[in-house]
Amino acid sequence: MTKRHPPVFHSDSTISSGQKEFLAAELLHRRQVAISRSMLFVLLLALWELAARFGWIDRFIFSSPSGIAACLLRMAADKSLFLHTGITLAETLISFLLVIGIGLAAALLLWSSRTLSEVLEPYLVILNSLPKSALAPLLIVWLGNNTKTIITAAVSVALFGSILTLHNGFSQTDPDKIKLIYSLGGTKADVLKKVLLPSSIPLIISSMKVNIGLCLVGVIIGEFLSSRAGLGYLIIYGSQTFAMTTVVTSIVILCVLSAVLYQGIAWLEKKIK
Amino acid sequence: MKQKLEVNQVSYSYHTLDGETPALSHVSFTVRAGEFLAIVGPSGCGKSTLLSLLCGLAKPESGSILIDQKPFAQTGEAIGYMLQKDHLFEWRSVLSNVSLGLEIQKRLNADSRSDLIHMLKTYGLEQFQEKRPSQLSGGMRQRAALIRTLALKPDLLLLDEPFSALDYQTRLSVCDDISSIIRSAHKTAILVTHDLSEAISVADRIIVLSARPGTVKKIVPVSFPEKKASSGENADGKPSGSGTPAPGSSLSPMERRNAPEFSRYFNQIWKELKSDD
Repeated sequence: MTKRHPPVFHSDSTISSGQKEFLAAELLHRRQVAISRSMLFVLLLALWELAARFGWIDRFIFSSPSGIAACLLRMAADKSLFLHTGITLAETLISFLLVIGIGLAAALLLWSSRTLSEVLEPYLVILNSLPKSALAPLLIVWLGNNTKTIITAAVSVALFGSILTLHNGFSQTDPDKIKLIYSLGGTKADVLKKVLLPSSIPLIISSMKVNIGLCLVGVIIGEFLSSRAGLGYLIIYGSQTFAMTTVVTSIVILCVLSAVLYQGIAWLEKKIK
Repeated sequence: MKQKLEVNQVSYSYHTLDGETPALSHVSFTVRAGEFLAIVGPSGCGKSTLLSLLCGLAKPESGSILIDQKPFAQTGEAIGYMLQKDHLFEWRSVLSNVSLGLEIQKRLNADSRSDLIHMLKTYGLEQFQEKRPSQLSGGMRQRAALIRTLALKPDLLLLDEPFSALDYQTRLSVCDDISSIIRSAHKTAILVTHDLSEAISVADRIIVLSARPGTVKKIVPVSFPEKKASSGENADGKPSGSGTPAPGSSLSPMERRNAPEFSRYFNQIWKELKSDD
């Protein structure tokens, strides 16, 4: 997805012929990219479908676009599509909000106390590099076979990295800007309100973009282990009953879901600017 | 005239695990109310450290600093500190940037706001008050930073190489601007710079510091003949807002640079600075 702004194609005669040529070439280039992109998608789908139809690949194992479409329609008709997607979405959003809230609060706490941040640093580094899926069996025993486990798993995947990134960003605030606040008679609270938080908004947004993806990863890990609904449950259930079309369909829905969530953050970013 | 500031035998060192770096050693000088003092010295001689001490961001390890004959903590004195860069915040409009100090000290009200708008008007930034800092030129940004400092109505202004981030041409005109603003407002000011000609063009007295650890090497009073009464018109045409100066007013920095005394002072201070290497 390009982030470039759409060019303004003026039709008035004030622009020079050189500029007109440039704009025409640019427009052509963008059309080519857009057309090639969708052509590639259609081509791959067609190839997949044909391969399944003519038996080049085993359609039972590899599924097929038409099978996925039929599966989607069936799930939409019996409402299970909305149930599973809704549950995964809700769990992802709850854990995302928890990660942002706890992460910001913890990073601010570490920023405010040098001693505390130095004491906790090795623990955070270890917790951050630990593969969180290794914790999952423990979480099930501790918290039970329920949503709490899923959300805890998701939060644990994203939280520690988020604290480290935010704290690192906070400690790189321009010391002269902080000096300015003190020279104007401000306190540490003023530094926080007038410099630290406003200057960290791009950092917080980019951390949100990473975290929304990580939360989704954590939710799916959690659902693999303990759940009775959700896309992760659907994938595990499908693979156990050898319903590969259900598995692939769930993955397609996940793709769409992650794109929508990412675009949601991008929309928020635009809104703030 | 009464003493605004007295610095007595002030010393300060920076401490790191690798050892101690003395920055200032037994520095003493005084500043009269309304005086424009410049401090010059080789780089790393503790000029900026001295300003941090004067505005209370750091405490001297020994010695004392008196403002209006009172120790620092007891004076409710407003001290304005202008840093090297303007540090205007991009996420605030120009108006909201210049009101930052008032906002922090919870003194932002209808009166102080109209004062601010008056200052913006005087210094030629009125149309830019809702703009972002990035839309201003370097000189305008520096003027906005000065307004942010002056908004707190400080009696003592500390200027830490405030023109060093500007290109040469802008630097000359902003220096003219800002010194005429400060003079017309009758503020006491201390300018720290490594640019000798800048110091000579604005100051009443120049303190020459030695290389690290900084000590006062020489204090040079600077005086230029006053502007002739017949040409009492404000020749520099800058938006100083002071109206026409009284006949016989002092020369602007630009006029000083062209005066014959200028090169004499330059050579004298240059020799002072060079004398120990």
